[in-house]
Amino acid sequence: MKLTKNWLQDHLQTKKSENQIIDKLNNIGLEVENIEKIKNELSDFVVAKILKAEKHPNADRLKLCKVDIGNNRIVDVVCGAPNAIENLLTIYAPPGSVIPKNQMKLQITKIRGITSHGMLCSESELNLSNESNGIVNLNNQYSSRVGSSYFKNENTNCLELSITPNRPDCLGIRGIARDLAASGIGKLKELKSTKLKKTLKHHIKVTIDKNKKQACSIFGSCIIKNIKNVESPPWLKKRIIALGLRPISTVVDVTNYVMFDLNRPLHAYDIDKIKNKITVRNSKKGEKFEALDNKNYNLVDDMCVITDDKGVLGLGGIIGGTRSGTELETKNILLESAYFDPEITRKTARKLNINSDAKFRFERGIDPDSIKIGLQEAAKLIVSICGGQLSEINIQQTKKFKKRKIKFDPNIVTKTVGIKINNNEIIKILNNLGFIIKKKNKLFEIMVPLWRPDVFGEIDLVEEIIRIKGLDKLDSISPEKIRLKSTLNFYQRHFHLAQRSVASKGYFEAITWSFTDEKINNKFRENKEEVKIINPISSDLNVLRSSLFPNLINSLEKNLNRGFGDQSLFEIGPAFFGKKPGDQVTIICALKKQQINEDNNLQKELIDIFDIKSDVVKTLTELGINKKETTIITKTPDYYHPGISGAIFSKDKKTLFAYFGEIHPGIISNAYGFEIFLENLVSYKEKFKKEKKSLNFSDYQKSDRDFAFLIDKHTEAQVITEIIENIDNELIKNVKIFDVYEGENIDKDKKSIAIKVTIQSDLRTLKEKDLNDISQKIINTVEEKAQAKLRS
Amino acid sequence: MSDFEKLKNNFKQKILEAKNSKEITNIGSEIFGKKGFINSEFSKIGSLSPEDKKKLASKINFAKKELTDVFSQVSRNLHTEELNENIKKQKIDVTLPEKNFEIGKIHPVSQVIDEISSIFSEIGFSVEEGPDVESDFNNFTALNTPENHPAKDMHDTFYLDEDMKTLLRTHTSPVQVRTMLKGKPPFKIIAPGRTYRSDSDQTHTPMFHQLEGLHIDKNINMGHLKGCLNYFIKEFFEIKKIRMRFRPSHFPFTEPSAEVDIGYKIENNKIIIGEGDKWLEILGCGMVHPNVLKNCKIDTKKFQGFAFGIGIDRLAMLKYGINDLRSFFETDYRWLNHYGFDPLDVPTNYRGLSK
Repeated sequence: MKLTKNWLQDHLQTKKSENQIIDKLNNIGLEVENIEKIKNELSDFVVAKILKAEKHPNADRLKLCKVDIGNNRIVDVVCGAPNAIENLLTIYAPPGSVIPKNQMKLQITKIRGITSHGMLCSESELNLSNESNGIVNLNNQYSSRVGSSYFKNENTNCLELSITPNRPDCLGIRGIARDLAASGIGKLKELKSTKLKKTLKHHIKVTIDKNKKQACSIFGSCIIKNIKNVESPPWLKKRIIALGLRPISTVVDVTNYVMFDLNRPLHAYDIDKIKNKITVRNSKKGEKFEALDNKNYNLVDDMCVITDDKGVLGLGGIIGGTRSGTELETKNILLESAYFDPEITRKTARKLNINSDAKFRFERGIDPDSIKIGLQEAAKLIVSICGGQLSEINIQQTKKFKKRKIKFDPNIVTKTVGIKINNNEIIKILNNLGFIIKKKNKLFEIMVPLWRPDVFGEIDLVEEIIRIKGLDKLDSISPEKIRLKSTLNFYQRHFHLAQRSVASKGYFEAITWSFTDEKINNKFRENKEEVKIINPISSDLNVLRSSLFPNLINSLEKNLNRGFGDQSLFEIGPAFFGKKPGDQVTIICALKKQQINEDNNLQKELIDIFDIKSDVVKTLTELGINKKETTIITKTPDYYHPGISGAIFSKDKKTLFAYFGEIHPGIISNAYGFEIFLENLVSYKEKFKKEKKSLNFSDYQKSDRDFAFLIDKHTEAQVITEIIENIDNELIKNVKIFDVYEGENIDKDKKSIAIKVTIQSDLRTLKEKDLNDISQKIINTVEEKAQAKLRS
Repeated sequence: MSDFEKLKNNFKQKILEAKNSKEITNIGSEIFGKKGFINSEFSKIGSLSPEDKKKLASKINFAKKELTDVFSQVSRNLHTEELNENIKKQKIDVTLPEKNFEIGKIHPVSQVIDEISSIFSEIGFSVEEGPDVESDFNNFTALNTPENHPAKDMHDTFYLDEDMKTLLRTHTSPVQVRTMLKGKPPFKIIAPGRTYRSDSDQTHTPMFHQLEGLHIDKNINMGHLKGCLNYFIKEFFEIKKIRMRFRPSHFPFTEPSAEVDIGYKIENNKIIIGEGDKWLEILGCGMVHPNVLKNCKIDTKKFQGFAFGIGIDRLAMLKYGINDLRSFFETDYRWLNHYGFDPLDVPTNYRGLSK
């Protein structure tokens, strides 16, 4: 919503400055979003002073002047006027300005070899008078105004307000003036009532059909005949331009003017293009109509249309049609001022994707009592500018609008806002906003004006009161520093820890979109449901991600193109497996790629699967999952390398903690990644809550025994270590693989695996015999269970 | 001089003449070894009379002490000399690169969420969360935003079904609804998280982060709201004084509603928060609308309170001088490295927010 101070003053009597008005508007919730200078062709012409006037070196009758144009700027101007002398105060036109008399646009030019920046003007050139002998000679009062625009009053600001959707009344200047008056910076002027001469009969029949969901409940109209639809007069044009609109003709400009002045949308029809009568009804599927935006619309059932006997003239409350539109040649018009239901109007406009100033207002709720005043104001203006004869006003109405009544307990004000506002002040504020108040015992009965469709209950009135009183009047009560509940719950603590745990291993945290490209996502989706976005922002962000890898890999590749070979990235966030709320899991997803640089002898070793495994196992350990509680399964999703990846499960294989491995080389080469499933991990920990055991260590001698077994090449090392660990929980303290060997001296389908077992008792010193016994047991069990053979 | 004395003096002389650690070690075992001088002298004691035994033993012990003293003195000197000699020969160019290490980074959004949580923790708020996919009811209806209301236009919503019943949450406010529906008042929560709107330009991204705040109890009024936000803003920007302005606004789920602006100025192309005559909008807030409380089965006669919503990314931009919102989600390695935080730099109440 745009306004100028000048226009505001039509409704508000105030002595406040523009800045004071701006502050007030902000303080009462009518936010001033933008302040824009309305460019006026004359604003460029500034008061200037000639500092020096010398003869032009190449021309006898020209002078070369040094001119002070303000703001510490001095320019050279060539001037032919005889009165151009030192210390003369005059008017300067800069390059780019247009001289009013001849519409010439000034440029920087050389006059007889000397560059002239702009021009000093005569009164006739500025259309001030016919005086063309010499340049303007301003009196000394102007000496303080050097640099400022000569045509001072022509320069105004346009304020752009951001009006919240609950305040349709402030989509008109008068509503804004009412709010400002209530806030105490002026007085709302009465609307002038003028008697209009109504000499014609309203001869066009209007009916509102009784349809289900009929949006229109009031249709007011009047007819004006024999007008001369001319260009609008300057004052009207100026206001239309201030609104950011283009002046078209008096009829159109007046309807727009009244809409912005009183928040009363109007529409003008060329009667000569209407066949017989007007019927307001619901549309039928298949009806077509060409709107004033020059687009053709196909209507469906139940859209509110204004029709004549030939068909659709306009979409009620949204947009008029080209068929009955007014033009400069139009002689006879019908003005419409109606009420359309907000919700139905909005639905129709959304279906057809039309935005208009009228729709914007009707969907927020227009004052149904403004039908008549709107017609009167518009008719008055049109007749005064275009002449013509006016008919009586015809109003068809199918519904009565009653003012809402609210029972209001004034104590709720203090209870809500915290400060005391006395009843007199409450009454005054509400009265000024147009509410009517009756005292009933200790309660008030409040009647809500029809222009405030947003006010339903007590709390809405509280907002009105504190808004006008000023939020700066509120107390600021310091918060109490008491904590009754821990800030983070068990799960959140793990989230927080996991994030920093992974980052501390050299990974950069990324935040990528929750959506991704369907095609890429499919590589990571497995058998999970695809979750499509109906209205994606672009076709390559059209599904919710099933995995964090697609976006992370995409980011990694972009960084590769930026020249970063070595990268470690991670993200912690949601992956989706369904479209119901809650169909999501939190994944900590890490990705690592190394640039192989053969020239660098100092380069560290190449990363491999065990680097990523180390990162994932260490992270799990930091999150409280001990390696001994886990087991590895080599079946992983297809986006991992089938032979170089694993899944870390709880020992009972019921809880999946993580996947790790090389990313499938078909997706990206030479990259490793892991995924930790946070919810799984946390619920496992909740189920098996561990308390730290008291420290208990054995001081008895411990012994290490080394074994080397020949086993089948495909037997996993974990199989052997788990067999040994399970032999004797008391004596076997640690099992560690220290070598794996395939090759010479060993069968092709076998491998040798060397294991160090630490044996220690908590109760006594073990004798040689005990050690031999347990060693033999280890050998026998492994040989039996793993088809192994001890290497001698 | 007895033989014993002679032998002893010989050994002493030998010790003193030792040239290196190897020699001294050998001499050591000649004297103190299993079959060395001292032990062999002691072995002679067995055949003597008790009185002589005592005499000889004392003599040997005396000699042993004397030799030991000299021996350890000389041995220490020789070892030190040799060590110094060796050290002189050892020289490594320590300006060669160290073994590789990598420092990870925490994204500024995560860091700011931790900072905010830390501040609100101090005044008793706890963290709640909700899903990214929401029902139309939780995201709009329960929050007093009815179907076909123009207020919905402010949220360009991503929908997951044609009936527009399932959507990506457009704000974190549905967490209010979830929290109130599953619990009993009082409520004192913050809810950070991802939010989504179908909007993409210089200052908007289709995904961004919000922080919701909710405090419902008996007699919580706008003064508490103002005090709470005042406290938060000052703590967050780590400055003592800040200009703040509460400006009436409209949100369907709060009434009265307000927006909060903070003062700032631009100096040398840098934004300075807290001073100056310009205003910057940073959050929306208000008293929770009674309709919302009713939708969440809260007795509005007994309970009332406030809610607020803050753009987390925006706060991060202001505090850490980041100009472009879109850069947050572009995962540019240089950007992450520059604006990211050390993972050990955990914002806490007792240590402070930033390093």
